[in-house]
Formats: sequence, structure tokens, C-alpha cells
Amino acid sequence: MGSPSTDPRAALPGTVVPKRRNTELAMLGFAVLITLAAQCIVDLTVTGSLRPELATFGGWFAALWVVVHLVVRRFAPYADPLLLPAVAVLSGLGLTMIHRLDLAALQADAEAGREDAPVQLLWATVGVALFVAILVVLRDHRLLSRFAYTLGLVGLVLLAIPAVLPASVSEVYGAKIWIRVAGFSIQPGEFAKICLIVFFAAYLVDKRDVLALASRRVAGLELPRGRDLGPVLAVWVVSILVLVFERDLGSSLLLFGIFVVMLYIATERASWLLIGLGLFAAGAFLAYQLFGHVRVRVDTWLDPFAYRDEGGYQLVQSLFGLGTGGLFGAGLGGGRPDQVPVAKSDFIAAAIGEELGLFGLVAVIVIYLVLVERGLRTSLVVRDAFGKLLAGGLAFAVAWQLFVVLGGVTGLLPLTGLTTPFVAYGGSSLVANFGLVAVLVRISDAARRPATPPPPPKQALGEAPTEVVSS
Amino acid sequence: MTAEIVLQVFRFGFLLLLWLFIFAAFRVVRADLFGGRAGRVASVPPRAAAPGRKRGRGPRTLVVTAGPLTGTKITLGEQPILIGRADDSTLVLTDDFASSRHARLTNRGGQWYVEDLGSTNGTYLDQQRVQGPLLVAPGQPIRIGQTALELR
Repeated sequence: MGSPSTDPRAALPGTVVPKRRNTELAMLGFAVLITLAAQCIVDLTVTGSLRPELATFGGWFAALWVVVHLVVRRFAPYADPLLLPAVAVLSGLGLTMIHRLDLAALQADAEAGREDAPVQLLWATVGVALFVAILVVLRDHRLLSRFAYTLGLVGLVLLAIPAVLPASVSEVYGAKIWIRVAGFSIQPGEFAKICLIVFFAAYLVDKRDVLALASRRVAGLELPRGRDLGPVLAVWVVSILVLVFERDLGSSLLLFGIFVVMLYIATERASWLLIGLGLFAAGAFLAYQLFGHVRVRVDTWLDPFAYRDEGGYQLVQSLFGLGTGGLFGAGLGGGRPDQVPVAKSDFIAAAIGEELGLFGLVAVIVIYLVLVERGLRTSLVVRDAFGKLLAGGLAFAVAWQLFVVLGGVTGLLPLTGLTTPFVAYGGSSLVANFGLVAVLVRISDAARRPATPPPPPKQALGEAPTEVVSS
Repeated sequence: MTAEIVLQVFRFGFLLLLWLFIFAAFRVVRADLFGGRAGRVASVPPRAAAPGRKRGRGPRTLVVTAGPLTGTKITLGEQPILIGRADDSTLVLTDDFASSRHARLTNRGGQWYVEDLGSTNGTYLDQQRVQGPLLVAPGQPIRIGQTALELR
């Protein structure tokens, strides 16, 4: 499919395709403005005066986005204009909430020690560096498909490392998903996620004809042959292993969900979704029967108030926070989000819900929605199958992760310990998600770039029988 | 008292700011959908070229008048024109309702005939389903899925 000259985009070679870089600049400016406003409001509400470091923070944060914008202008001029502003406003809000929780910790205990917001700003800088590196090095997203199997292996190794390492290095709060070296802690699973999505995309583009066509129809559903179940079963087993050896419900669910949905996108067979759901149900049942840590999560989810003094305390506090926030919230700096344990990383959505209320939390969700929509749109428009699947997978990964996290915070789903992308405190998550957006920006540049106009025909028109249409 | 007012201004002002951002983002999305390339391509008047042309012997171009490829033109020659989703078709359709080898237009002595190549959803010439080869007059719409073609 998709030969350039029957492509609707190429119908008028004369028209100038808008790059929309100035729109992006304006939106980025707006995002920085929102962040600065939020910072000022927090400082004025909590301490009554602006902190002197605010100027440094503002300058640094704005400079990050100026750099990002200039790099995009230079290396991906046709990229989607909304991806980066959405990321900017989300990470700005995240930094503000982390700073706000820092202030709360300082007020409770002046000796509270280090603040986390400057650390997070440093991680954002690392993330921007990764973003720039990917855009500069990766000039065409199709190059990734050449390294797909390598990346798949890297992803698996990254995923497996914490399980192999001794618990003293890899375990925090019961989840063995960390590498803690010399004061730094990294969650390799966040990077594994992206590597595996690239691998899934390349693998499924290769094999999708087999997975989609060889099927028989049972009760209106096209069921795949038994042996084609291999890949989905393999991923299922890997997710279960992650659950067993790393005790991490979140990564396990994330991995399996992404694969099943990418399988569905690649083959257009709804039966894969049903098979995935079936496998998930079986896995969930087994895990509940066999593993204590899963049972604790499920029990606290079903009735958090019964366990409010033990495992359910966090969730109960989060629900109280959301309830206190109400429709319009307590105002930035006006609530008590520090009452929720680990509010900065796992429960930052509860902090936002408490201080900005339902309207604020929904606004944040809609901004994520814009990000995801632009990703899916990129997937629709881009011409090559690998790019389509990769963009679809990456966009879905963000949406799925957000759904699982918010579900956990609001009590809709069992708690998982995934991070809210871009907002939550955590270096690995932030850096990895910047990498994810860099790949999306690269694909969207390819998607929106006009097809290069074909060279003018040299031969006389009379000799040319028809205009050449196929590529 | 004034402090309380200021706090309320902060509280609602910030929410307003957030939603204004979303509003601005939606405007960009809308411009992308309706004001961008897609709109411009769709508004190309396909008829613009037709009237000024002197009528020689028979039609000279095949024009897509509806569907995702609206505005596409193919100069007619001696060779038959293959229409379908297959990559080697003369006109590659991206229509879900088109078969990979859907229909063929053939030139017989300056006149064009349309033939259905066993497509799933059929080819229609002026509401009539094409069974055997049918003569196509200039301006008569040929429908394949969401796509409409005509000879000019």
C-alpha cells in the first residue's frame, strides 16, 4: 500500500505543507507559563513569599524546552506540534507537585534533609539529553527495525537484571525492580518497556500475515491456530515470571497489555483481545492463589478501609485526599497531600486530585489524552507498517500505564506501583518516557513530512502511456 | 480577608489556565483536521480543468471525484487501467471496501469499458452493478467502495 503519488497527501505537490513549529513554540511557552504560575502559587500559599531559587528553576526549565524546540526545528521539522507541549505541561506540573511535597516535608520537619524537586529537574535534564541524542542519531525510525532483535534481547536482559541481583541491591518496598548503585537507583524495567515495544513492532510486522490469516472461524470469531499462540504465550510466561521473581504487578500487567494490543493492531483480529483477556484472567487467578503479595493487593483493593492500619493505609489516605479535593480542589499548596505515604512517586495523582480537584485531575487526564491522540494519529498517518505499529504501541503504552496508575490511586484497580508518566518523581521513568516521546516525534516527523515530489518526467508526455502511479 | 480572596483567585485562576491550555491544544488539533492539507486537497475543484478542454475524440483523463483519493488524475492512454488495493494497480485504492484486484478499465477503439474483476463488494456504473464489460461514457460515475471515478 501507500505508493506516494496516489497518496492523498501528495495530490498537490505545489502546496506548502505547514510545519507548525511556531504553533509548537507558542504552546511550549504556554506550558512554561503554567508551570511558573503553579510554582509561584505554591510558594505564596505555603510560605507567603517567593523562594529565591525560583528564578534559577524557571530559567532552567524554560531553557530545557528552548533546547528541545530548537533541536526539533533542526532535526524533525515536520514533527507533531502538540506532543512536546503536552509533555512540557505534565512534567512542569509534576515538578511543582514534588516541590510542594518537599515544602510540606520541610514544614513538618525542618531537618527533613534533601529536596526532591531539584533532583527531578536534573533527571528532566538527563531526559532532554536523551531526547536530543535520539533525534540527532536516529534520522529514520525504520532504522530501529534493523536492531529489533538486539533491542528485544536488551529489553529482556534489562527486565531480568533486578530478579537476578541480590535483594539488598534490587529490592525497595518489596518490589525487586531496582538497581541501586552508589546512591543512584534505576528501574531498568522502564527502559525495557521501550526496547520491547520496538521488538514487538518489528516482530509483528514480520509475522502478522501468519497470525492474521491462518485462522478458523468458531462461533463468529476467527480463532488462530494452536501453534500461532506461541508468541502470546511466551509473553504471558515472561510477565508471570516478572510477577513471581520481581513481585511487580505493574510491569507484568504493562508488558502483557501492550503485547496483546499490538497484536490486535497488527492483525485486526478481535479474537486476540479475547485470548489475551482469557490468559490474563487465568494468570490473575493463579497469582491470587499462589502469591501472598498479590493477595494483599487484591484484598486491600476490594476493601481498603478494612485494612486501613496496614496495607490499605496509603489507599485510604489517597481516597480521603481525593474526597477533600472535591470538584475544584483545595488550591495549590492548600491541601495536605503529604498525608499520603510515598505521595511523590506512586500517589502524585492523588496529590493533584486533592489540590486541583476533579477539574484539575480531569484536565491532566485530557492533556495525556492529547498526547496519546497525537501518537495514535501519527500511527494512522505514517506510511510504513513498522512505524504504524511502533507509534501505536508507544502511544498505547502511555495510555495503559496512566490507566493502571489512576485506577490504582482511585481504587478502581488493585495498586500496582507503576509511575505516572512524566509527572511522578523518579528518574528512570522520566528519562525513559523522554526517550519514548523522542521516538514518537521522529515517527510523526516522517508521517507529516510531504512525500518528496517525483522528479519531472524527462520524456515527452505523448510517449508516456499513463502517469506512473505505483512505486 | 484579602488573603482569602487572593487564594481563591489562585485556586480558580490556575484551573482556568490549565483548561485554556487544553482549549489551545484542541484548536491546534482542529486546524490540523480541517484547516490543514487534508482540507485543501478535498477542496480542489476537480472540474476546474474540464470545461476549458476542447473535446477531441473521447475522454483523456480518469478523475477521482469522491473518496480518500479525491483529486487524483490519471492520463488515459492505450493501456488498460487496473484499479484495486494491490501495489501494482494503476490506481492503488486504500479503501476498506475495495478488493486487491477490483476493476479494470480497457480501451477498445477509443472507447473505455469497465469490467469487474470478481471483487467482493462490486463495481457500480451509475447505480448499476457491473457484471460484464460496460461502456463508460464521459462523466458517468464509477463507484468502488467509497471511491467514485469518472472519465473526462
